[in-house]
Amino acid sequence: MPNAQDLLFKTLADPTRRTIFERLCREGELTVGGLTAQAGVSQPAVSKHLGVLKQAGLVQDRQEGRQTHYSARPGALSPLLDWTRQMAGFWENRFDDLEDLLKRMDQ
Amino acid sequence: MTETSTQTRSVVVEREIAHAPEKIWRALTQPHLMAEWLMKTNFEPTAGQRFDFTADWGSVACQVLAIEPHTTLSYKWDAMGLESVVTWTLTPSAKGTHLRMEQAGFRPDQQQAYQGAQYGWPKFFDGMEQLLARVD
Repeated sequence: MPNAQDLLFKTLADPTRRTIFERLCREGELTVGGLTAQAGVSQPAVSKHLGVLKQAGLVQDRQEGRQTHYSARPGALSPLLDWTRQMAGFWENRFDDLEDLLKRMDQ
Repeated sequence: MTETSTQTRSVVVEREIAHAPEKIWRALTQPHLMAEWLMKTNFEPTAGQRFDFTADWGSVACQVLAIEPHTTLSYKWDAMGLESVVTWTLTPSAKGTHLRMEQAGFRPDQQQAYQGAQYGWPKFFDGMEQLLARVD
């Protein structure tokens, strides 16, 4: 299974991080301060979450003066949304290998 | 065959296999055989038993949920922070066996399983799919 998907799952498994990402998706560009106001966690914690989200490609940042503006990159989610299709492919291949094995096995 | 739904996100693969259920059952439940077509495992055929599948890309934490020899086997399949349930169903057929695998996850009623996630994956995925539909 691809690492990109693994990273996305891990990144979004944290509810605070997911909430931050969702707010950026809904509200567009926000600063750390703007995000902290409703996050229920400290500003350093929000910054840390944003760093993790950025590493996963889920957010991008833009410097404007002394402020950093963050926005969502929802397109980065596509490997996750492909989960069902990918698992179906995984199991189809396993079925092929199972049939090969059954041919080799004794009755 | 693949069925998808935003509510359950299940994957179904079904196949007619020209071998008896008893033989397929061995391949589904004996670790040295499982390793040949699925993954390396310390599986034991006992309900409640925890086991793992391991591969070069990582591992899958599992637990036997139901086992009915030659008929049904289901286990929890927990990988990459997501819990799902894999269920194998064997039905004798004219050709040999109708083998069905369903991997189901993300059900709203399974939200408790997603530890630490207050928000629930189904709602998240539904929201994201709506969002992506708008973005494109």
